[in-house]
Amino acid sequence: MRLAYTEEEEEFRARLRTWLADVLPTLPPRPDPLDWQARRTYDMDWQRRLYDAGYAGLHWPKDAGGQGATPTQHLIFLEETEAAGAPYVGAGFVGLLHAGPTIAAEGSPRQRARWLPPILRGEEVWCQGFSEPDAGSDLARLRTRAVRDGDTYVVTGSKIWTSHAEVADWCELLVRTDPEAPRHHGITWLALPMDTPGVTVRPLRTLAGSHEFAEVFLDEVRVPVDNRVGAENDGWRVTMVTLSFERGTAFVGEVVACRRTLRLLARRARHNGRWDDAAVRRRLGRLNAEFSALWRLIQWNVSEAAHGLRQGGTGVPGAGGSVFKLRYSQARQELYDAAAAVLGPAALDLAEEWALERLSSLSYTIAAGTSQIQHNIVAERILGLPKGR
Amino acid sequence: MDFRLTEDQRALRDGMRQLLRARFDREALRDTVDGAAVGSGAAAVDGAAVGGDAAGTALDSGLWRELGQAGLFALRAPQSAGGVGLGLPEAVLLFEEAGRALLPGPLVASHLAGSAGLVAGAEDGTAVVTAVEGTGPYGGPTPPVEHLAAADAVLVLDEGHTVRVLSPGELAARPMRSLDPLTPLHRVHGRRESDSPGARAAGGSGREQAVGAGVLLREAVLLTAALQLGSACRTLEMAVGYARQREQFGRPVGAFQAVQHLCAGMLVRSETARSVVYAAAVTVDEEEISAAKLLADTAAVGNARDCLQVHGGVGFTWEADVHLHLKRAWLRAEQWRTAVTSEERLASALLCPI
Repeated sequence: MRLAYTEEEEEFRARLRTWLADVLPTLPPRPDPLDWQARRTYDMDWQRRLYDAGYAGLHWPKDAGGQGATPTQHLIFLEETEAAGAPYVGAGFVGLLHAGPTIAAEGSPRQRARWLPPILRGEEVWCQGFSEPDAGSDLARLRTRAVRDGDTYVVTGSKIWTSHAEVADWCELLVRTDPEAPRHHGITWLALPMDTPGVTVRPLRTLAGSHEFAEVFLDEVRVPVDNRVGAENDGWRVTMVTLSFERGTAFVGEVVACRRTLRLLARRARHNGRWDDAAVRRRLGRLNAEFSALWRLIQWNVSEAAHGLRQGGTGVPGAGGSVFKLRYSQARQELYDAAAAVLGPAALDLAEEWALERLSSLSYTIAAGTSQIQHNIVAERILGLPKGR
Repeated sequence: MDFRLTEDQRALRDGMRQLLRARFDREALRDTVDGAAVGSGAAAVDGAAVGGDAAGTALDSGLWRELGQAGLFALRAPQSAGGVGLGLPEAVLLFEEAGRALLPGPLVASHLAGSAGLVAGAEDGTAVVTAVEGTGPYGGPTPPVEHLAAADAVLVLDEGHTVRVLSPGELAARPMRSLDPLTPLHRVHGRRESDSPGARAAGGSGREQAVGAGVLLREAVLLTAALQLGSACRTLEMAVGYARQREQFGRPVGAFQAVQHLCAGMLVRSETARSVVYAAAVTVDEEEISAAKLLADTAAVGNARDCLQVHGGVGFTWEADVHLHLKRAWLRAEQWRTAVTSEERLASALLCPI
């Protein structure tokens, strides 16, 4: 049980800190969160700076143009960038965290050469076309059809919860190519250029009032067969290669941010008198324990993933991450509920700090697998309970 | 950073698990419970004073010495002093196993005394040591003292003071009717005259030790958290085992999502607690130790309750072991830093500059 970082890891951290201290003051002002084009420009500018400094695709394998960093270095990177107030991955999310790694693992040499460098250089934005109105937690139920016509697929259907669709160049799209096959076996992975005729994007307004995702409608959209990654009808496996393994580093930055918020919250409570209420103090004290534990759980999972990689594996099975996600999503909601308790009636003012985050925290127990699905995964895959009903 | 058990740590933990399986299996546990049920009942009836036969379960002194020989008490004493020379992380792993097995006895106090060389004989298990916990800066009542009748010495740990060692006869204490059948408890009222014959017979106790109580208190809190963690893991296993095998409506109850989700929630509690308990053993940071105890208490109590629920009617019987875990967990939650104290400490820490 070693929590201390190695000399090499500390050097990596020191170099990163120096670079961040130099680069952050030179960034343009933050864009208006409602202006998607401005957000794209800002996020891609940041990605380009990462690329030039040798931090792009940190966790990608070297032969895919990445840095081949260890999970621990990735953890340090996410911790330090958050602590320094650096921009978040933003519009680069899908390209860097899912589509890119999928192409790196399953794409042909030509596909890798075409799609990976622009992701790393911050030139092309990807979005994800997985969920559908009738295929949420039960993703394998997806019905968007692709019919082969010579060297193209003709795709018709609709996708939902697609982040950054308005500004994306590409969409990693799951389509059904064989409606007769068992549900997991008739699915294919395609790269769809978002400017193809027949693609319509309609922004979805969230309960927080902003447009964080969109619906994507596909009406006889023609996608070249060359844009298929993996074999026809093998798309489920292709997708899961990246989805079912992780390095334990999801949410690192967010946990760092939550711990900072907690300290600010305590100060605010001290300032506005709520600190005198023992119930408020105890609530914040318990959250301090929860987030300390979540931080240690990240370090535990990252160490496991690093060990797995050293042994030649691909990382930790996603089931281990389910434990973390279950606790974190809940704790994040508890944090912003506690913030509301500290703010009192001011929490009703959306101009107040934390009021909007309280609203967006509501998505955490739903997005990327609801807590109920996560419980099922834990029960069946970790605890070995019989398949549920 | 490599936050995982080393091979040696794994081997140490497995060794302890084997030892306990051989020497304190379920049958031994239930025999102890049956023996204790008579003893504690008698204590409640005649309210006997310290040292009386009826003050509760006698510890199995043979087992205690075996634990001593296995190094449980001298684990952290330096090898030059005849100890094992290991650290808190290793101690935490052994205490987790003790918690799993519901091993009775004043393990924490005896380990502290044995590893710090405070009481002769503690290190090899020939002396049994219990402890009295001071109220600390956040006040509240003094928790009861466990296994007083079986103890040869009592550590007094009060924050901000040096450690004192008393003989059990020096405490003015009355037996309680202990909630936990395997942990006899006394309520402490104060100290008797130090020149009483009982005190002198025990060998000049009451002496101050050069050791500050703060360090030992922290360790006591952490090791208690480890016991709680072990219990939480055990009740999870019990719940899962039962849910797999018990059938209703033509299928194992563990196939019902309502039951699955209870079990999954138990794993989330125990794994969250584990990460911070292990980390606190490495950092020995005051704030992190509070977090460890708080979350381990939550896991032990919460998991025992959910385990009971998963067992249905069987869980409410004396025959099932679930209640033993729950009762011990409730007791440990009252010992060595309660939730109120931990939460207040953790809240204050938020205001400190980093």
